[in-house]
Amino acid sequence: MTTPLSRKLSGLFCAALLCLAVSACGKKKASGNSSAGEHQSIQNIGSDTMVNLAQAWAEAYAKLVPTVSVEVSGGGSGVGIAALLNGTADVANCSRKMEPEELKRAKAKGEDPQEFLVGYDGLAIYVHKSNPLDQISLEELSEIYREGGPVDHWAQLGAGTIPGAKSDKIIRVSRQNNSGTFHYFRELVVGSHADFKAGSLDMNGSKDVVELVAKTPGAIGYSGLGYATPDVKILKVSQKKGGPAVLPSIATVHDKSYPISRPLYMYTPSTPPPFVKRYIDWIVSDAGQKLVVSSGYVPLPKK
Amino acid sequence: MTDSDAAIPRSTTRGKTRGVRPAGPLPGRPKWQLLVETGFEWLIRFCGVSAIVFVFGIFFFVLREGVGLLFSPDFSLTEFLFSTKWYPTSMSHVRYGVLALMVGTASVTGLSMAIAVPFGLGAAIFVSEFSSGRTKETLKVVIELLAAIPSVVWGFIGITVMNPLIQETFHVPVGLNVLNGATLLALMSVPIMVSIGEDALKAVPDSYREAALAMGATRWQTVYRVLVPAARNGLLAAVLLGIGRAVGETMAVLMATGHAVNIPHSVFDPVRTLTATIAAELGEASVGSGHYQVLFLIGILLFSITFVVNLAADLVVKGARGQG
Repeated sequence: MTTPLSRKLSGLFCAALLCLAVSACGKKKASGNSSAGEHQSIQNIGSDTMVNLAQAWAEAYAKLVPTVSVEVSGGGSGVGIAALLNGTADVANCSRKMEPEELKRAKAKGEDPQEFLVGYDGLAIYVHKSNPLDQISLEELSEIYREGGPVDHWAQLGAGTIPGAKSDKIIRVSRQNNSGTFHYFRELVVGSHADFKAGSLDMNGSKDVVELVAKTPGAIGYSGLGYATPDVKILKVSQKKGGPAVLPSIATVHDKSYPISRPLYMYTPSTPPPFVKRYIDWIVSDAGQKLVVSSGYVPLPKK
Repeated sequence: MTDSDAAIPRSTTRGKTRGVRPAGPLPGRPKWQLLVETGFEWLIRFCGVSAIVFVFGIFFFVLREGVGLLFSPDFSLTEFLFSTKWYPTSMSHVRYGVLALMVGTASVTGLSMAIAVPFGLGAAIFVSEFSSGRTKETLKVVIELLAAIPSVVWGFIGITVMNPLIQETFHVPVGLNVLNGATLLALMSVPIMVSIGEDALKAVPDSYREAALAMGATRWQTVYRVLVPAARNGLLAAVLLGIGRAVGETMAVLMATGHAVNIPHSVFDPVRTLTATIAAELGEASVGSGHYQVLFLIGILLFSITFVVNLAADLVVKGARGQG
């Protein structure tokens, strides 16, 4: 709900930190100790899905290593890669693998971007606790959410009546149309060249989706796996109708059997400067992965 | 607004007479006092004019950000105003229809006024005519307190209290709907109506009441045959200001109406308002894009709506003054 605002605030906060850090360096340099207080900044651009997570990493890292400031901005995975190739970004966030076309462009510039897997994004399908349905397929989800999709009632899914629901209508809970989750769900489930059925309740935050579904017996919604609470039910998801359905969990996301999940990458130039490499090493360490969990994403498998 | 309007001509005429007066200090008054006085006069003049400057500045800014889209080839004003398809970030077919959002705003505002007008004017009449002493003071304080509750708190009440209450009471699937938002808006605009309505009733001269009493009218007859007609314009202004408040409210309706692009068929359907759409989407629309510009066009639309409502309120108040 407050993501844009909090992002702005945290941006301000980072700017303030940067000022402080710069002035601190100035003092150190003035006292003749220039090597220890060298100030470095990392430009981190890319995926909107990862922007909150990247911001969380940047803030925690600023506390840990005050001489390195990480400046995070979104724009999309493609924007991040483009910025990396132009040299305006040190680290590109990407919620997909680099496309062959992008790799070709990099090769043409004599670059061989290095890829780091930093976490996973898994979307869970939430329904009310009293909903008798256990599993759903991607096709059925598309029929529920797609503009012109034929499924509007729970009976069409064979769920019968839901205890406590006042009508058989499916209450679709969705996200505002510029969130990364919205785009991912559209791309994977609704179809990237289709649109959502009008009349869904568009919540302004991942947590709001789960909270509304918990209070509304006829509702269905999608949100990050990390936002699950005991008040909602998570559906198993299958590719096709009647196919084997999988419950989302850290394990099923890792072995790719859960269909609505994707890896999250960070790309750097072929030879990242040591302070950038140290930042990425910290991200894939336990301390960095803890923030993946608290931001609602799926961490890397434990080694 | 009307106060500052009145203040500007007065200060300018005073300024003119000062300009005509021959230079040099008046006998018996130190020069610095005159300087301070002139300084303050300019300061106050600036304060008066600044409101106008700001209003035009904001209007110009909003217009500049949004107007580019009006002349873009893939934008049609008819679609904007008369289509219910709101797909500003579609990959295949971007559509900017705000009809559903306008209907959303109108339905929430309309229902909230249907709730708030009887309550607000009723409370104004009770406070002004039927209560006295401690009851009156307590009521006024409590009503003012109601006005001081921030709208985000109303939104929380909408989600946590009203949502399950509406689900249970009316047996409807979703509690975040027109009724929820309208009830909150009604509670938010009642305090404005009460304080302005009470002022309007207080302004009716006591001789009217005495005359009614002398004719043998009961208190109720006095109210609805004498006082309400006499204070008609003031009461109308109270209602219009309440509408202005309701149209412009953002946070509470964003949280309580369900935020669904939908033409409502009953008061239990979720809707989305113009203001809530701007609040939810502007933060992440990239600057200068079509989506960004269309949100500013919605801003212009809202600006025009509130301007018309406020202008109507102003004219009505002027009418009230003329009659009084």
